[in-house]
Amino acid sequence: MIRVQREDFDVGAELDRLAAGNRRIGGIASFVGLVRDMGGPDRVSALALEHYPGMTEKKLAEIEEEAHRRWPLDASLIIHRYGRLEPGDRIVLVATASPHREAALAACHFLIDWLKTEAPFWKSEETPHGERWVEARDTDDEAARRWR
Amino acid sequence: MKLLYFAWLRARIGRAEEEVRLPPEVRDVAGLLDWLRGRGGGYAEALCNPKIVRVAVNHDYVGLDHPLRDGDEVAVFPPVTGG
Repeated sequence: MIRVQREDFDVGAELDRLAAGNRRIGGIASFVGLVRDMGGPDRVSALALEHYPGMTEKKLAEIEEEAHRRWPLDASLIIHRYGRLEPGDRIVLVATASPHREAALAACHFLIDWLKTEAPFWKSEETPHGERWVEARDTDDEAARRWR
Repeated sequence: MKLLYFAWLRARIGRAEEEVRLPPEVRDVAGLLDWLRGRGGGYAEALCNPKIVRVAVNHDYVGLDHPLRDGDEVAVFPPVTGG
C-alpha cells in the first residue's frame, strides 16, 4: 500500500495494521526516515518536501510491485510525507511483511534504496541564510544500483 | 503541451507550470530542452547543466531521444532527494 500525505503517522499502529488478520506473516521489517539536525553554522531549522503528485504515486506503486516480484511478501507499506518538517520529524516509513525474515529485511532495504533515487521528491532546507536545495548524493545512486 | 517544473528548476525558471505550443522542429526531449534554453534568462540558467536535469513524460522517466506529442505532460526537474 502507498500513502503520500502531509500528516504524521503512528509507526506501531501502521505495523499492527499491516500484519492484522494474516497468520502466515512471521516477521515485519521496517525503516523509518527522520529529519536530521545537521548542527553547525548552517543549522537547519526545517525541511520543506515538495513532490510531483501523480508521478509520485505511480513510481512508488511500481517500486512496491517490483519488491513483490522479487521477494515472497505478504504485505508492504510505503508512507512518504511532504510539506514542512522539523528535525526529529518522521519523513518516510517502509515496512514489509513475510513468513521469513530474509525476504522482509531484503525487500525493506531495496524499497528505501530505490525510493530515494526514483520517487520524485525534493528537499529544501531552511537555514539562517535562507532556502537551500538539498543535492542528490552519488552514494544514493550507488546504493540503488546494487539492486539492479 | 503542459510543462511542469519542480524544486530549484522551478525557482530559477520562476514558474511551476505553463502551456506551450511547440514549433514543428521540436520533436523530442533534447529538442524541447534546447528550445527552452533558447528563451534565455531563468530558462537558460536553470537548464545549463544537462547532467542534473531529469525529464518525465506522462509520469515516466524518459531519455533525451524520447519523442514528444501534443497533449503530453512533460515535467523537468533536478535529481530527486526524497526518502
